[in-house]
Amino acid sequence: MNDMAAIILISVGVLFNIFGCIGLIRLPDMYNRLQAATKCVTLGCCSILLGVLVHFGIGSAGFRALVAIPILFFTATVAAHALARGAYHFGTKMDKRSVKDDYREAVK
Amino acid sequence: MTSFLNILLYIQIALCAACLYRIIRGPTIPDRMVGIDIFGILVVGICGIITVQTGKAFILDIGIAWVILSFIGTLTLAKYLSGKKLNE
Amino acid sequence: MRYVTVFILSMIFWLLITFKFTIPNIAAGAVASAITAAIFGRYYFYNVYKFLQPRRWLWFVVYLVTFIWACIKANFDVAYRVLHPAMPIKPGIVKVKTTLRSEFARTLLANSITMTPGTITVDIIGDEMYIHWIYIRSEDPALYTRMITGRFEEYIKKFAE
Repeated sequence: MNDMAAIILISVGVLFNIFGCIGLIRLPDMYNRLQAATKCVTLGCCSILLGVLVHFGIGSAGFRALVAIPILFFTATVAAHALARGAYHFGTKMDKRSVKDDYREAVK
Repeated sequence: MTSFLNILLYIQIALCAACLYRIIRGPTIPDRMVGIDIFGILVVGICGIITVQTGKAFILDIGIAWVILSFIGTLTLAKYLSGKKLNE
Repeated sequence: MRYVTVFILSMIFWLLITFKFTIPNIAAGAVASAITAAIFGRYYFYNVYKFLQPRRWLWFVVYLVTFIWACIKANFDVAYRVLHPAMPIKPGIVKVKTTLRSEFARTLLANSITMTPGTITVDIIGDEMYIHWIYIRSEDPALYTRMITGRFEEYIKKFAE
């Protein structure tokens, strides 16, 4: 029973990772790629670690997986902020389809 | 069950190859850095799947250390992008 | 008092990671936690008595449930945009005002916005957050402020301020 639930959680995680990587390849500019990839891949890996927790139950390995989940969330989101800000200051252009840019006045 | 986990592991490694495609092909430097960041997160998923396969808990420690190191690396790259000194 | 809080938190972290309750292990963890508290203790937790109020923990649980639900919705949103052949995107950077004061609450709000559907925080300058939105649904500042920050701001204000 536990094994079945773990396999289902890990499969869902890998499916989310596939969506994220398709977004990484297909979307047109850097900010959109960062959005798709960060969201999907972070939640996918958290789902895989949740599957590890279900598979091992309460114990040494399970608690390690439980500790890894909040670390993954915080580091992935903060790294995404830093990359987006750095890319804007570097001068990366936004896609042609963009309609609004409030940040330009703030940087000057 | 083990063969199914093997298939999932191969899919995950193929996704790492997709990140490598973005790193090699990316038209600008920030695109490559996004690829590096996502690569670091995907490796943690690989560590989780290998832990379930082999039943050895220490592989998860490798995953945690990998997350933190990849985070520091991404922060350094972002600092480099925004054109500041590293001690700022 | 701040140092004691950091010490206890890092001790819990060490015990969860190693999960071995022998005397040498606990002693090694105590030494490592003491060094951590001595170095990093003065940066965090300006008012530690907030940890002891049960009302805040209740609101934290409410926030966590909302946050996980928003994450799952965000994933299906991204999957729809990526798999659609025409890719329905209309990206842009918008400016949003926040009413939160403390640094910790602002960081938490920025992280929540990053994981909710279609938005990612680019920068915080003063009171204003600059947010990259993958599909801009409205041009009215009051409307999109409520759409983006939404319920997260109320919940975070209740447990972290």
